[in-house]
Amino acid sequence: MAHSDVFDVRKSVRRSQRLSALRNSALVLPLIALLLFAFIVPILLFMYRSVDNGLLHRSFPQTNAALENWVAPAKVPEGAHAALVADLKAIPGSSELAVVARNLNNFEEGFRSLLMKTANRIPDDTPPSWKNALVEIDKRWLATDYWAVLKYQTGPLTTAFVLAAGDLKQDSDGQIIRQPPEQRLYIPLLLRTFEISFTVAVICLLLGYPTAYVLTRLSPFAAGILMIAVLLPFWTSLLVRTTAWIIILQGNGPLNGLLQFAGVIQQPLELIFNRFGTLVAMSHVLLPYMILPLYSVMKSVPESHMRAAHSLGANQRIAFLRVYLPQTMPGIGAGLMFVFILALGYYITPALVGGPRDQMISYMITYHVNEVVNWGMASALGLMLLVTTIILLVIFSRLVKLKHFMR
Amino acid sequence: MALPHHATPEDRFWHYSSRGICFAVLAFLVLPILIIIPMSFTAGNLLVFPLPGLSLRWYQSIISGDAWIDAAKNSLFIGLASTTLSMVLGTLAASGLSRMNFALKPAIIGLILSPLLIPIVITAVGMYFHFADIGLSGTYWGLILAHTVLAVPFVVITVLASLEGFDNNLLRAAATLGAPPLKAFRRVTLPIIFPGIASGGLFAFVTSFDEIVVTLFLAAPTQRTLPRQIFSGVREYVSPGIAAVATLLIVLSALLLLTVQLLERRGRRLRGGGIVRH
Repeated sequence: MAHSDVFDVRKSVRRSQRLSALRNSALVLPLIALLLFAFIVPILLFMYRSVDNGLLHRSFPQTNAALENWVAPAKVPEGAHAALVADLKAIPGSSELAVVARNLNNFEEGFRSLLMKTANRIPDDTPPSWKNALVEIDKRWLATDYWAVLKYQTGPLTTAFVLAAGDLKQDSDGQIIRQPPEQRLYIPLLLRTFEISFTVAVICLLLGYPTAYVLTRLSPFAAGILMIAVLLPFWTSLLVRTTAWIIILQGNGPLNGLLQFAGVIQQPLELIFNRFGTLVAMSHVLLPYMILPLYSVMKSVPESHMRAAHSLGANQRIAFLRVYLPQTMPGIGAGLMFVFILALGYYITPALVGGPRDQMISYMITYHVNEVVNWGMASALGLMLLVTTIILLVIFSRLVKLKHFMR
Repeated sequence: MALPHHATPEDRFWHYSSRGICFAVLAFLVLPILIIIPMSFTAGNLLVFPLPGLSLRWYQSIISGDAWIDAAKNSLFIGLASTTLSMVLGTLAASGLSRMNFALKPAIIGLILSPLLIPIVITAVGMYFHFADIGLSGTYWGLILAHTVLAVPFVVITVLASLEGFDNNLLRAAATLGAPPLKAFRRVTLPIIFPGIASGGLFAFVTSFDEIVVTLFLAAPTQRTLPRQIFSGVREYVSPGIAAVATLLIVLSALLLLTVQLLERRGRRLRGGGIVRH
């Protein structure tokens, strides 16, 4: 009897715990649902576009099958030409044909015109040899390059965009090779993105460290007042801050006016729409993200440690280097990584205050979405940026307690 | 932090130079924002320095035209709607999360915070394609949901922080006095975490009110918002009218910042001063 009583209590405690866990999950669920619907799923679908080859796969089923056992240097199999004609005839409407041609052109320059020309001149009745008929329309059908594209780029999935994002491509043998030097665009773009982000992070550290240090040493009242100077930019619209820099740094703006008035310069300096303007404006926007975590870490360093160092004979410099600095290293690392990660994805500021040589990877993504309309490429570049960011975030969350960043 | 009597000249140098850098950096942070304010009162047609004269003409021009007023109305509407949604969803989620204690909790918090950390262009383009597929692009609902995704992390963070010091005995006391859970939440929990919810809401509002990248991709041509209007203006040339709008926005940000500071102070007092501000 006593035994079963104990048992029942245990069971009812468990049941009530299960119920409360269920209730707590139910409270979180609506938000998770929104994030899945409006954030996670859209990003995953966008990323899928980097490997999705639905259009080309749908358009060339017979050609793809006919080329299955063919490898580049060999002669294109006889049936392939008829298959290509059949596939081309099956493409509905000229607008879809144009899109298909444009997509193929991404893999081999000149494919657009070749395909459009061929599709327009296909004879209605069946000739004795489709091969001769195609070659008669355009001699380029003798070369294996275009056939290689039709073989390798018409599967259900494609690696072409992802490879292109790494300045690689598949040659006509199906081998992965580097793009010719003059066509290597994206690795230099990635490196430039890293370079700008890293420079901004270092500028923020150099400016932010002494600032956070002095703020922790002031009386709470004074620090509270001065903290407003750090928080005001935080609360001010990004566009307002960027606009402010355009106004200040422009040729006839206040800074050039002041320098000319003081006689430091004769001609206005070019301070904006170049790397200098980009670095200044981005550092201004990101500096609070450096100061706040540094301040939080520095607050936790007891002042007594410095006093102890002094009493043991260290002057300020030695005490700082040997006692203070090592204890703030987590803040330095965290601030650098945080600013770097945020800077990687910057778009608006470089777009407005940078020149053409200061654009970063985000700009190239919007360029491919809006101007070139090459969504696969936009997606592959997005994947590159996303993977880089996530890797850094994972390292970051292992290194730091996220608490310092939750204000 | 005064220098000790025995400070060497080198100590003095480091002391004063660090202070000098600190004040220079604070000036670097604030002055560019403040300098727009006098520039917006220019009487000229260009934002040049020195000002040719003072006038209110640019303020009159933005108020008299429809473009800025419509943009402000749109921004306000989208901002208030996404703030409301963020406050409801964020508070619910935070109160669930604060009582959860299982392995998935950090992952869920990470998921909720991720819109702040994932490059905004990826989020924007993803939403652009997906919302077009399901008929949400160019609609107010699309913009409101998108802004809610970006704004809700702030509500979750602030409400979680204000629940961190919450004494669960208060709820037990309410229960022994006969209050059902919902009533206990309304009468006991809510008043205590209210400053957290309110400052999270203000963060959320500012996030939506300032949002530009997602808006550029999702909004219909007629759905002009203030940031969008500024963006297209700045791309051509920065007129003094934009400086006037910027000035009004700066005043608004300063007011919101002060409100949040007051709310945080109040929140600390309500929780018995147990929480140190991070």
